[in-house]
Amino acid sequence: MTGPRGPRRGPVRPYVLTGGRARPRQRLAVETLLETVDPEGTDLPVTASRQERMLWRMCRHRLSVAESAAHLGLSVSVVTILACDLIDAGYLVTRSQVPKAQLPDVHILQEVLDGLRRQLSA
Amino acid sequence: MDSADNSAPDGRYLAPTVDQALKILVVGSFGVGKTTLVGSVSEIDPLRTEETITQASTGVDDLSGLSGKTATTVAMDFGRITLNSRMVLYLFGTPGQRRFWDLWEGLVIGSIGLLVVIDTRRIEDSFEILDQLDVRSLPFAVAINQFPDSVRYEEADLREALDLLPETPLVHIDARSHHSSTQALITLVEYAARIKAQEKVA
Repeated sequence: MTGPRGPRRGPVRPYVLTGGRARPRQRLAVETLLETVDPEGTDLPVTASRQERMLWRMCRHRLSVAESAAHLGLSVSVVTILACDLIDAGYLVTRSQVPKAQLPDVHILQEVLDGLRRQLSA
Repeated sequence: MDSADNSAPDGRYLAPTVDQALKILVVGSFGVGKTTLVGSVSEIDPLRTEETITQASTGVDDLSGLSGKTATTVAMDFGRITLNSRMVLYLFGTPGQRRFWDLWEGLVIGSIGLLVVIDTRRIEDSFEILDQLDVRSLPFAVAINQFPDSVRYEEADLREALDLLPETPLVHIDARSHHSSTQALITLVEYAARIKAQEKVA
């Protein structure tokens, strides 16, 4: 096993607008929450692209794929691919579950309703 | 009560305790007030991302004569509501026209449902969207955005014009109002919860 920070292959391959890979290996949704692993303790390899570096810094606290994309001025599909590479290499993690195809469970919907009703009285 | 005191230093970030992200799609044609609605309930200023979607041009009238695939850029405005210490709800405003349906494919997975915003002055713009939702059997509610100069129709007439099922919720809203927009979201989630509960029984 090569560690996530092993020199064999960084998180990065030259990134040419989805030219290399158009389909991320794991499915991230627009609302999936991302967070950088140990933002103080590690740095990306020098081979990391500018966009990967930007995303890695952006996610030093918890943020969704869509928000990261908007703040960085990148499209969601580009951020998804960058994020997958960073996740595979151990520099980024997801902090929420990727949604299932079906409707969320009743108890989750009830929590959503409670939260929305609190908004009314806020 | 849940507290937001443990939120991250920068207001753009979520609290480190949030580990569940949900979403609702706010769908409608251009200018019906999707972004206004998102803005009135969102805790952050609405953000925008642009997505390029590639699709076959067959069947798209205004591109007839072109062959193969074509790319369309679509802007998505979105906002968020932190519901409690561990749950956040995202609202994605997406255009409803047929040429954007490819974008929906990815977006609807795992969503609570869709809020279809309609302007009664251009009611025919919404037919395409509603047809598509019927085909896909996604939970949706209809929100009539009341503009100052729009006529207020009887609910029965609207339901007939839009060909809605009796159980599909229909609400009148002022998309500028936090209260009114939140109420519309509540109506949709209540409906989704009813559907989910029935699924269990069945």
